[in-house]
Amino acid sequence: MTAETLLERITDYASRPDPYPLYAELREAGPVVRQTDGSYLVGTYHEIVGLLHDPRLSADPRNRTTPAAPATEETQHLPFLRLDDPEHHRLRTLAMRPFGPPHNPGRVDAMRGEITRITGELVEALRGRDHVDIVDDLAYPLPVTVICRILGVPREDEPRFREWTDLLVASADISPGEDTAARAEAGRKGRMEMGAYLLGLAEQRRGRPTGDLLSDFVNEPDPELRLTDEELAMTAILLLIAGHETTVNLITNGVLTLLRHPDQLERLRREPELLPETVEELLRYEPPVHLRERIPLADVDIAGTVVPKGTSVILALASGSRDPLRFQDPERFDPGRKDNEHFGFGSGVHLCFGAPLARIEAQAALGALLPGLGTATLLQDPPPYRRNAMLRGPRHLTVRF
Amino acid sequence: MSADLLEGRIVIVGASLAGLRAAETLREKGFTGSLTVVGDEPHPPYDRPPLSKGVLLGKVSADATGLPMRRDPDAEWRLGVPATGLDPVGKRVLLGDGSSLPFDRLLITTGTRARPWPVPEEAALDGVFTLRTSDDAARLAERLAAGPRRVLVIGAGFTGSEIASVCRERGLEVTVTERGPAPLVGALGGTLSKLASAMQRAHGVDLRCGVTVTSLRGNGRFTGADLSDGTRVDADVCIVAMGAVRNVEWLAESGLAAGPRGIACDAGCRAFTMYGIVTDDVFVAGDVSRFPHPLYEYQLLSLEHWRNAVDQAEVAAHNMVSPGPLRRPHLAVPTFWSSQFGYNIKSVGVPTFSDQVVIAQGSLEERRLVMAYGYRGRLTAAVTVNMAKSLEYYERLIETAAPFPPPLGASDRRTAAEVVLPSDVPDPSRLSHGPTVALTGYLPDRRLVLARPAG
Repeated sequence: MTAETLLERITDYASRPDPYPLYAELREAGPVVRQTDGSYLVGTYHEIVGLLHDPRLSADPRNRTTPAAPATEETQHLPFLRLDDPEHHRLRTLAMRPFGPPHNPGRVDAMRGEITRITGELVEALRGRDHVDIVDDLAYPLPVTVICRILGVPREDEPRFREWTDLLVASADISPGEDTAARAEAGRKGRMEMGAYLLGLAEQRRGRPTGDLLSDFVNEPDPELRLTDEELAMTAILLLIAGHETTVNLITNGVLTLLRHPDQLERLRREPELLPETVEELLRYEPPVHLRERIPLADVDIAGTVVPKGTSVILALASGSRDPLRFQDPERFDPGRKDNEHFGFGSGVHLCFGAPLARIEAQAALGALLPGLGTATLLQDPPPYRRNAMLRGPRHLTVRF
Repeated sequence: MSADLLEGRIVIVGASLAGLRAAETLREKGFTGSLTVVGDEPHPPYDRPPLSKGVLLGKVSADATGLPMRRDPDAEWRLGVPATGLDPVGKRVLLGDGSSLPFDRLLITTGTRARPWPVPEEAALDGVFTLRTSDDAARLAERLAAGPRRVLVIGAGFTGSEIASVCRERGLEVTVTERGPAPLVGALGGTLSKLASAMQRAHGVDLRCGVTVTSLRGNGRFTGADLSDGTRVDADVCIVAMGAVRNVEWLAESGLAAGPRGIACDAGCRAFTMYGIVTDDVFVAGDVSRFPHPLYEYQLLSLEHWRNAVDQAEVAAHNMVSPGPLRRPHLAVPTFWSSQFGYNIKSVGVPTFSDQVVIAQGSLEERRLVMAYGYRGRLTAAVTVNMAKSLEYYERLIETAAPFPPPLGASDRRTAAEVVLPSDVPDPSRLSHGPTVALTGYLPDRRLVLARPAG
């Protein structure tokens, strides 16, 4: 096996529990490594940060020619996560208006108390149980409840949007060499249904705002700042999915990492004020998002390799965050780390929109679990992982208290 | 690291951003000797960017902009006393209270002060202000809060423009006079200065370009000003924003290469003597320094930038306690930012070091763009307006001496914008105020060629 098949090996489900040796191999192989399917893989910090800031690198999959994109992607509407400026900027700004600064700087922070309360209730429900699945009992329900509250989606509809979410996330995964047409079609259907569902919810709030984002979107008085139905559907889908799909992994990876590092866990129990730095280090060491794709809009020279226009460039963010040329002793989990500019939330114009919310949720969840974690044991290590290679995290994490 | 450099006496003259960051860095690097920081203001180190923004808006109190300390520098603070001289042979700093401080190594971070209105009687009128210190900001904020009928701002550089922006945000009528053709022209050149003019006017600023103020009027209290075009502005408050003067007078007898453009030093922050010989015990950092930069053909740069003060102070402190081979050069790419009229302006590189510009991303119409600056086919600077996230990309291009114009292919680059224009940057030596960057070139110290003025 050679560096030309690294992407296949990384995305192979067997690598899910520990892709890090493959990332080391990738960095060894050079800053830019061409894959057998014609795409390029980049795993070094400085090259990734350069590409994430390069305005010639598109996030829009419709610009991809190598490997050829499935036909369905050419016509579909895309969320701003996969659009370029200026369209990306316009939609992101409109989505940000009700959510964050400068128009609503306090919204996420005002949720802090409620997030702590929701976390408290979830953890309280675990009391007396000796086996707990961190994923099903806390790491998944917490962000889902929070994003439902913010967006204005009924929590009881969770089984419905979970199904759509699974289809969409699977269709967006990277799986070289596989026939993805069926998955793409299922994703397209899921997207349609989920969009119609969210638009329906928004419609109920027209003229009857209920203090959530869907209400704000649909009641925006300035026609210049209003989203079309299509844009509203795509934006709401993006916020709902991004609002929980990644945070669940951040929390679960956090618990797993702390249980694997009892000394750091002990220190954190003594000094819980180190939680924010611990979460930052988790975002570097065990990030929820491992891979992102970009496509050059012109022939681009990356560290001496000219990558042709239209070629898929896979950025191995999780590899960059462990690049020894950027981080000292990168394979060590060190919550006291200084200058920790990781790729946990990406970088550049697509820097994660929900980062402040994710930080609060992860801090709340780990903080609430801390008292019990000291005597907890992992029942299965490594735990079973979710299929997805891009959004990596355990499917279950069973712990005995 | 050789042990003797970690001991001894270090004096830092200048207790602002550069002085504080240098003091902290000295301790971080293991300096265990005695450390004294001298400052002419009575206040502990404070941050200046909020003074022309949050403080004048009344959102932050002037005494609440104290700089956070990253660690206790364990220094003796001599605050409220100016340094008045330097004895380079006896290695002593002379202080305004008649005492003196012996040192083994000295760091000079005395920065700049606001250029005063040149006529002292007019400058003394009640209602005439400059803005440099937190005391200035406190007095001015109080006066703006009282609701003057009109404010006159002399000078549309960054400080003047930010003050005008605050006045409009407070609902105050404001007139801005600018001797150049447009606001910010000295720092950003012709194209962006047109945008600056448009945004000032769109926000209701009475902007008068191509004129100077000939006199300030008033009888004890400021009442208005006469302009060179024969018109008159009636106002209750006047803010003189004509740039800064470097605090070097106290070094007149020191033998250092200290002049109106600052104190010349090498890339390692070591000061030069007036004969161009590098010292090894006197270091310089921050606004008061002039240092050679390879990206700008080793011309001596003087920068009044927050980031430069921090970066250079850290390099100076590192070099003060490190033996020669372990010393580092100060080569950071210059950056600065400003916020005004709802716009976020950020710059990387040296825009005045240019002969051509191109709009690399966005557009003037969108009020969201990247302007790239080039000099003889090399990218030398970029300025973003409401596109700060793009800055890092251009910084890399500048650092690697990328060709100008920058590569095509950006998703948001307009075809119409692919026209390279003259950068229209004025000769910095001809501006009386406003250049955030002054490129000085080789300028022999005048004391080498001229007799000292008597008295």
